[in-house]
Parts: sequence; structure tokens; C-alpha cells
Amino acid sequence: MAERLREKLNILADAAKYDVSCSSSGSDRKNTKGGLGNGHQSGICHTYTEDGRCVSLLKILLTNHCIFDCAYCVSRRSNDIERAAFTVDEVVELTMNFYRRNYIEGLFLSSGIFKNADFTMERLLRVVKKLRLEENYNGYIHLKTIPGASDELITAAGLYADRMSINLEMPTETGLKLLAPEKSHQDVIKPLAFVKNQIIQFKEEKKLIKSVPKFVPAGQSTQMVVGATAETDKEIMYTAANFYKNFSLKRVYYSGYIPISNDSRMPILGTQPPLLRENRLYQTDWLMRFYGFDVRELLNDGNPHLDTDIDPKLSWALRNMQNFPVDINTADYQMILRVPGIGVGSAQKIVQARKFGKLYIHQLKKIGIAYNRAKHFISCADSPYQLKDYQSHQIKDFILAESQSKYLKTPPNQLLLF
Amino acid sequence: MIYIFDNSLEGLLTAVFEWFERKPPSKVAIVPKNNYQPNAFTKSFEVLTDSAKANRVWKGLAQRLGRPGIRKIYCCYLSERLEVYQDIFDFCIYIFQHQAGTEKNYGNAPVLSLTQTARKVEREKHRMEAFIRFQKTADGMFYCGIDPDFNVIPLLINHFKNRYANQQWVIYDIKRHYGIFYNLQTVAEIKLDNTINLLKKTNQHLLDEQENLYANLWKDYFNRTNIVARKNTKLHTQQVPKRYWKYLTEKL
Repeated sequence: MAERLREKLNILADAAKYDVSCSSSGSDRKNTKGGLGNGHQSGICHTYTEDGRCVSLLKILLTNHCIFDCAYCVSRRSNDIERAAFTVDEVVELTMNFYRRNYIEGLFLSSGIFKNADFTMERLLRVVKKLRLEENYNGYIHLKTIPGASDELITAAGLYADRMSINLEMPTETGLKLLAPEKSHQDVIKPLAFVKNQIIQFKEEKKLIKSVPKFVPAGQSTQMVVGATAETDKEIMYTAANFYKNFSLKRVYYSGYIPISNDSRMPILGTQPPLLRENRLYQTDWLMRFYGFDVRELLNDGNPHLDTDIDPKLSWALRNMQNFPVDINTADYQMILRVPGIGVGSAQKIVQARKFGKLYIHQLKKIGIAYNRAKHFISCADSPYQLKDYQSHQIKDFILAESQSKYLKTPPNQLLLF
Repeated sequence: MIYIFDNSLEGLLTAVFEWFERKPPSKVAIVPKNNYQPNAFTKSFEVLTDSAKANRVWKGLAQRLGRPGIRKIYCCYLSERLEVYQDIFDFCIYIFQHQAGTEKNYGNAPVLSLTQTARKVEREKHRMEAFIRFQKTADGMFYCGIDPDFNVIPLLINHFKNRYANQQWVIYDIKRHYGIFYNLQTVAEIKLDNTINLLKKTNQHLLDEQENLYANLWKDYFNRTNIVARKNTKLHTQQVPKRYWKYLTEKL
């Protein structure tokens, strides 16, 4: 029995690992009397795999039997792999025992579609219901919404889950039609919109009646595969921005495509996953969410792709040198935030600290900004006076000469002979 | 001038009180008793810990800084670093001598240094919340031994009490020889006599019979969820520094 459980866990954890989302933040669910677990506002990453991704949740599929045949997915119908399925009790036991030992922050439950959408969703619902109602479990639960499941099932699941997500898979409709002809973006949009409206409705009711239960307190997220089809960065980020805006998503995840088959429509086996591109997309995502950038400033028809050698914030600054230098002692917070080398934490500290007197270079360095990068874009109380105006490509060279990015294969600066 | 105090937070706060009582003209260095070395050129003054005085200072700080502010001071005190006592001392005097809001003057050295140290302690506390791995013993107790960089156990109590409300657990600091025990009602401080081999590898016969099964399942899961094509050892060790590997079931 124990051996079979190990086998199943191996198969179903392996199949679930391509789902990127592992966040456990955003839920403030409290423990009940005599219960186990609670939500943690900022989430806790309990460990990290050797590829550097966090492991916060027990991420498994209920089963990897699937009626769909999507070219980018390991569990596709036509793929010859081992199949397995957990029983409801097995998932509950695993979750409870891992949670009690502080291995995990909660459960991430997804599933291949067997029979039909409602049947699958009903099974997922049974697991979360048992955890919440019978085991008094109040830890985090991330549940996949199964496209095509009925509204009643989705509403019921939302009452027990902390986060629900549904994957967009391909950034554009044409890409999706190419690799998964049976699916369309519309299948994703409908449940996303439904859950979003339900969240709003429950919040409104909670204002009037205190006993209204929580509904998906940590919001919704989605995921796109990057690099399987030929989208530009612009198309990807415009889709993301669109979804952030229309469905109030908490996160959009970008997953660099890792070749898993010799399908002629996609990169062949052995191709390096586009890790650098993925990294740049996440940087853009962060700039949109925390730095007040509009996606059109970062990516537009003139620049449909992100630079690979420099990050998108620096790239934006170099394209818009008319905004710099920024005076640290007078500029508003939003502008300080746009300086390459200054992050959210430092920008907040600067704005607080300058109320008490002008800031000098040594103070900025101590506060923790990347001064060697930022110095080209700021002026403060004792900035050296400089006659020469550098061109943006010169500044780029200065910065690249000092940076030690692991992505640069050859150092950009010319070696000196003498 | 050197102020000598007895290593306790109360002593440190009393020292602040004594400073305002005396207002010495020269800068005061504050040194814990066990680190004090007599100096031929500076006078010293031994601070006698007085909880009434300490309380007055603490209340004053709480009034000016609010809860997040005094938590910062407490965190810094728990860091047990030698320089931090001076920072706390200077910070308290600075706060009392200026109008409200000065705790946000990050251009000021003690303020910034205190903020940064507090952040380090909070990070260590968060790591403990993440990296503690309980082992279930035969009598149904969940045990974990730790040796954190800073003395963070007092900061862990609430998190673990709220989360693991229906199981008995022990978290024991092997370096500092004390721990906390939750008996389903309250958390109490405990001291064990036998401190050998408490970190990990608890004797097999003391463990619950299912303990090995779940430890193995967890190891399997950890290995299976890794994507080999994306291997990034640098990032991995950055996120899970090697000094914590001894706690981690999946890394043993």
C-alpha cells in the first residue's frame, strides 16, 4: 500500500510540476478552534528545488488521465506515459501529514480531465470539502478551475479554496488553436469572469452581513507558456496586461517551454528552455504591477521585443533620457521609482528620509540603492558636477562593463592591450 | 564614558533612563558586562537594572513608535550582536530628543542600522517558519531542533501556536539550550538536560512508525517536482543556504 502510494506520488507530482504557480500568499484565513493550519499573508516558501523554484505547496494532479490532446502537455491523450489516479482519501492523508510536519504551506490540486469537466470538478471539490469540513484543515488550498465546469460546482469550490486558477496556456488565440485545437481562450475567459464577479459579490455581501463566508480570498491567477509558438514579447505582455485589468488577477505566470516531444509545430527536444526571456517577462510584469509602468511604455510597435542584455527598466530609461537626471531630493515618488538601480524599498526610504534633510551620496549607498547603476540617472546634494552629457549608448556601455550578468557569454568590454 | 549593563533588555532600557538622568557631556559607549574591559582613559558607570525605570522607557518608546517600532527594537535586541546594543541605545536617545516621526529618518546612521538589523532578524524568523521540519515521535509529539543565527524563538511562538493548535510540539534551540513546548493549551519554555544529538536523526525507536514513510514521500516529492532542464544551483543555494540543510528532511 505504501509502495503504491509512493509510485502514485512520483507520477502525479511529476505531471504537475509544469504548473508554475506556487504562491501561498494573500490569504488571511484563521485557524478554527481545534483545527489545523492558517493562512499566512505573505506566504511561506518551505523549500526550493534544485532549479531554484520555490516549493510552498504540495502540487499534485488528482489524475493524469486526460481526454484532451494538447501538444505542449505531458499528460496529453496520445502520450505514452504511466497513468495514475489518487483517491480522495490519499490526497487528504498526504496533505494533512505533510502539513503537520511543516513541510508545506498547503495543497495545490489540479487534474487531467477525465470523462468530462463536471465529473472532474466534482472530484476536486470532494477533496477540498473533506479537508475543510472533516479534517478541520485551515491551511492554504489552491484549486484549478476546470474549464467547462458548471457554475454551481465552481461556486461551491470557491467557498473552500483560497486561490483558484485557470491556465491561458498560449498567449494568443492562434497559438492555442495551433497546438490545442480543442480549446479556445473563450473557455478560460468565461470561468475567470464568473469567479471574479462572485468574489466581488461575496465581498459586497460581507460588508452587510459579517457571517458571509470567505470566497477565494487570495484571488485568481493564470499561466502562459512562452516560447512554444512564435509570439512576440509585446503580444505576451499585452495579453497579460489585459487579463490583469479585466479579471483583477493576482498573478500571471510565464512558463518557458521545456521541449517534451518531437512535435514539428514546436521547438525540438533538447532545445534550451528560454530562461532569459522568461526572466525579462517577469521583470516587465513586476514593472507593471509595482513600479507604475504602463505596458505600452515598455513594449510597443517600435520595440516589440525586450532587450536581452539589459533589463526592461534600464532599457526604458535609456530610451527616455529626457526624463533624467532625477533630483532625489525633490522628485516625486513615482519618478524615483523609475530610476534604474532603485527599488520599491529604497524609494520609500528615500522619500521618508529626505523630509529630515538633503540626502548625500553616502546615505543613498547605505540605504541600499545600486549606486553604480543609478548614478547616471540621478542627482543629489553632492553629485559631482558634470559638463559632458553622455549618450544613452555610452551609459549602456558603462553599465554593461561593470555588470556581471550570468547571461552574458562574452564580456562586452574590449580588452586593453597595454 | 562607558555604561556597563547586564546584557538584558531591561538593563539596556535602564541605561537609557540613566542617560537622561545624567546627560553626560561626552558620547556614551554601552557595553554588556561580560564584554567589558576596563579602560585607563574613560570613566565607567555600572547601570543597575531597574524594571520600573525600564518600563517607563519602554512605554515612552511604545507611545512614540507604536507596535512596529518597538518590535524593531526587540528584534534587534534578539540579534545578540555586540554592535547592536550601541545602536539601540543611540536610537532610543535620538527618538526621545526629537519630535514624532524621526524613526523614519533613514539618513541617520542608528535609525538605518536598526532597521537593517531588524530586517535580518525578521528574515531569520521567517526562515525558521519555513525550514523547521517536525518529526513525529512515538508518543505523538512533533519535535524539531534548531540552531538559528539569532535568538528568534520568542518571535516564533505565535505563528506555531496559531497554526499547529491541535498537535503537541517542541521547538528546541540547541545552540542556546532552551526551547518551547506547546501542550494543546499554552506554550511554555523548557530546558532539556540531554542535549546530545537533538538536532536531527532522533533515535529511530523513538519515532512514530509512519514517520519514515512520510519523510520518504516528502523526499520523493521534492525530487520529482524538480525540472532537470532548468537546473540552477546558484539560485538554489541562495534561497536555501547550506547552513540550513541539516534541518531539511529533503536534503539529508
